Amino acid sequence: MVEQVTHPLSKYLRADMMPHIWCPGCGNGIVLNCFVHALDELKTDLDKLVVVSGIGCIGRTAGYTNTDSFHTTHGRAIAFATGVKLANPELEVVIVSGDGDLFAIGGNHFIHAARRNIGVKVICANNFNYGMTGGQLGPTTPLESVTTTSPYGNIEHPFNLVHLAAAAGAIYVARWTTLHVRRLTQSIEKMMQKEGFCFIEVISPCPEIYGRYNKMRTGLEMMEWFKKASVVESFSDPAKAEITKEKIVVGEFVDIEKLSYEKLFHEKIAQINERSIQ
Amino acid sequence: MLSMPNKRSLLTGAHFMNGDVACAEGAIAAGCRFFAGYPITPATEIAEHLSQRMPEFGGIYIQMEDEIASIAAVLGASYAGLKAMTATSGPGFSLMQENIGLAVMTETPCVIVDIMRGGPSTGQPTLPGQQDVMQARWGSHGDYATVALAPSSVQEMFDLTLEAFNLAETYRVPAMLLGDEIVAHMYEKLVIPPPDKLKIVNHKRPNVPREEYVPFKPDEDLVPPMACFGEGYHFHATGLTHDERGYPQTSSSEAQQKLVTRLCNKIRKNEDKIIRVEETMLDDADVAVVAYGIVARSALSAVRKAREKGIKAGLLRLITLWPFPEKRAAQVAKQVKAIVVPEMNCGQMVLEVERAAKETPVAFLSKLGEEPHTPLEILEEIRRNS
Amino acid sequence: MPERIKHKPLDIDKVKPPKAEIHIITDQCKGCGYCIQFCPKQVLEESEEINARGVHPPKIVDESKCIICSFCTAVCPDFAIYTTEKKCAEGC
Repeated sequence: MVEQVTHPLSKYLRADMMPHIWCPGCGNGIVLNCFVHALDELKTDLDKLVVVSGIGCIGRTAGYTNTDSFHTTHGRAIAFATGVKLANPELEVVIVSGDGDLFAIGGNHFIHAARRNIGVKVICANNFNYGMTGGQLGPTTPLESVTTTSPYGNIEHPFNLVHLAAAAGAIYVARWTTLHVRRLTQSIEKMMQKEGFCFIEVISPCPEIYGRYNKMRTGLEMMEWFKKASVVESFSDPAKAEITKEKIVVGEFVDIEKLSYEKLFHEKIAQINERSIQ
Repeated sequence: MLSMPNKRSLLTGAHFMNGDVACAEGAIAAGCRFFAGYPITPATEIAEHLSQRMPEFGGIYIQMEDEIASIAAVLGASYAGLKAMTATSGPGFSLMQENIGLAVMTETPCVIVDIMRGGPSTGQPTLPGQQDVMQARWGSHGDYATVALAPSSVQEMFDLTLEAFNLAETYRVPAMLLGDEIVAHMYEKLVIPPPDKLKIVNHKRPNVPREEYVPFKPDEDLVPPMACFGEGYHFHATGLTHDERGYPQTSSSEAQQKLVTRLCNKIRKNEDKIIRVEETMLDDADVAVVAYGIVARSALSAVRKAREKGIKAGLLRLITLWPFPEKRAAQVAKQVKAIVVPEMNCGQMVLEVERAAKETPVAFLSKLGEEPHTPLEILEEIRRNS
Repeated sequence: MPERIKHKPLDIDKVKPPKAEIHIITDQCKGCGYCIQFCPKQVLEESEEINARGVHPPKIVDESKCIICSFCTAVCPDFAIYTTEKKCAEGC
């Protein structure tokens, strides 16, 4: 065994911001790991990559990647990223944010960006609660879960994020857990090479809060749940992609081609300018 | 839908034009190439006009799903290197406040046009108001300072939009243009100069190699040079309190003290370069009228009429509402017997005037609804205070 | 990526399988246990020592059993462990 201090992916991380603030066993670290691993595989030009994140534990991701990055107000990462992508379509814009940020306060921006097919890539770390603020319920909290704002058990039905994304018009939709590290990395690589609105949901352990309140005290117990319950059903109906104690349906659900907003806009500009010259 | 000639150039020359369209043309003249907005009376014409004109210049027009998304997209476009703008009215302006705070915190240059209407809430969408002027200064939470300009004519809708972009770029702030429904919807003569006669300012660029770039380290003027996404600087910007590297410092009192005071001082210490007023017949005045926007037009007429009647009245027209021309207002107050402040609200800028005027009596004249004060109404108030 | 052995090749006696080197950045570990739990060859176990973060980092039980699947590298949330292939000279 040789003890070295330089991890091979460390060039993708801001050394002076490490170690990150995430709890032991937090899935956010795995999401970050898979993301930078995918960047490494693709030999992504870091000068052209912009990472945008919202508010939440996962929102700190933008501060950790060694790229141009922006940490927006709660829920507005996608709207901000829309501005970035349209202003400079050469940039690769990736949004890394959480279930609450993207689907509660940010829900409206998500569905519209998906509808318009803006070429931004969204990675959602879904840990079933609002971790940063102490563990409140969110739009993906399963029924009957205990959180700090549902002490008697949650009575709200959660979103099925892949169904929502597919219905809104995303051209690539996938769901993995933080246990499916290789397939997640491959999905990210695939997504980065597509043009249009892409979405990957990553089911992620929040052992410190969500897990603790819901009888999974350690990250290991949550990961064991993922291991036991996950079933890969790629290209099955996303409406039926459930997440329960017994079954977590993962896989790629949508992989289509559709002209992105930026492409259409620039085609229009070309048409307009042709006409004005005539 | 206004039909303008399909020309990929500035509309240099004289026109009979609507205020909203003048504002849109001012933005294009300033180099604005990104507009994200949401329809709202009485600012909709700005969006409609730019939806046609922006693509002619290769710029982007996008109608976002709400005003919050609009301002967020504007910030994104600005950081990606385009001059960006949005236009709205009261209700939208309220929605945008949180991200205006983000613009301040991340020092993002951008322009926000608020065509004020009757408020509060949905109010009177088609009638004028001046009820958002304090909101422009204090609307977002937290302590900050920014700039706001008040046009009184269609020409100023063009000129001050351009000025707003220049201020935004110089000081890296969200600059606001506070029009009102009348100035926005009226038609007047507008003269657009040729491109080489326009003064355009762009933000400072980093003058150090990439490895040495510290994104929020200010120069002597308290404004840091700005790099944009995609240029290889790999910087991080956040709405959290941060240090000069841009990294969050959520537990440091020192970081908070340093950053927030600089953001305020950026404008305060550079006030003298930013403030603009227009003075008419103030030199020997006994009564001063302090007014802005459409009301200043009536005030000018009232001051002239007062002079005809032998009353030494003068007008101090505020072009910059924020920073408030406090020093000039105080000087004028020392010189005159009384100050009259007509506003289309229940008393907003008058509070600033009172603060500057100290002992000098200030008479406030409120008028709400479809018409600004008539010159005779203001004249009557001048007479009462002379 | 390092070479991986998926099945027993016919020339296993003649060809040398790659040797693994496991690098543990001890003080970066937060003790989540994922690498230990999910290693397919049970190469790691929790050590007795306590690192700078107050937890037990993993320790290697038998480096020769490691097949360089790099699952530990991929699943570590803290970038605290990674595998490489040992560069072998002749007769390694």
